Amino acid sequence: MTDQPTEPPADDLACTEEVEIITDYLEGALPESDARRLERHIETCPGCTEYLDQMRTLAGSLGDLREEELAPELRAGLIDAFRDFHRS
Amino acid sequence: MIRVAMAYVPSRAAAEEAVQETWIAVVRGIDSFEGRSSLKTWAFRILINVAMRSGARERRSMPFSALAQSEDTGEPSVDPDRFLPADHDLFPGHWAVAPTRWPTPEEGLLAGETREVITTAIAGLPKAQRTVISLRDVEGWSSAEVCEALEISAGNQRILLHRARSRVRSAIEDYHGAVEEIDYDAVTAQIFGDTAVEEKSKP
Repeated sequence: MTDQPTEPPADDLACTEEVEIITDYLEGALPESDARRLERHIETCPGCTEYLDQMRTLAGSLGDLREEELAPELRAGLIDAFRDFHRS
Repeated sequence: MIRVAMAYVPSRAAAEEAVQETWIAVVRGIDSFEGRSSLKTWAFRILINVAMRSGARERRSMPFSALAQSEDTGEPSVDPDRFLPADHDLFPGHWAVAPTRWPTPEEGLLAGETREVITTAIAGLPKAQRTVISLRDVEGWSSAEVCEALEISAGNQRILLHRARSRVRSAIEDYHGAVEEIDYDAVTAQIFGDTAVEEKSKP
């Protein structure tokens, strides 16, 4: 077995850095080592745990704003537009 | 589509007009659609061009990628006053005033009054950020679809998404006003024993 590389201290990431890279983390765009570093930080930092949770909750909740239904006037306008288009 | 168009034009009526114009362009152009992108991202690319053109009637409109660049101002994601200074002895750059749990109703973040706070915050975002958060988080598109529709890089897309989410998060926090100052004396005491703090609090 080879020597394990020395782990950086558990808390070598500042919270000011954490809040800037959180979206890259959630998007899976952080290099593996940076992602582990961030996870180690979050384990020991209640503020950043809550921050991550808020960003996750926010991203996962906005789908509720989606409007499936078209306004009736707009639907009518669109149908007219298609009709005109077909005639021309 | 109307939500996205609203970022570029002054009124809902103008946004509806842009959507209508887009559908006509889609139907007219369907023969020239080469299937190199999905129909959905292609239609949104047309929509954004139409909306940008009508929103910028007098001024010259800039391509979306340039707009995206202009919105990457490097502003901090969280007010710097919320953190301890970078030269702090024990906790450099750590939260001074940490975020605390939002009072979230069972039915979700958007069930209560926060809904209004969030829609107002999104409506107040710069155009490119508003477009990206609408497509990603409201409409549920993948990052690849957003990059394709807006013709921006994945990195650019993430920056816009991050700026947008950060601003909306701050708006929710400002509304709830629920932030908690961390008692670093207590934290220090926990780590190094009570002596330091006890010494200080002795009369």
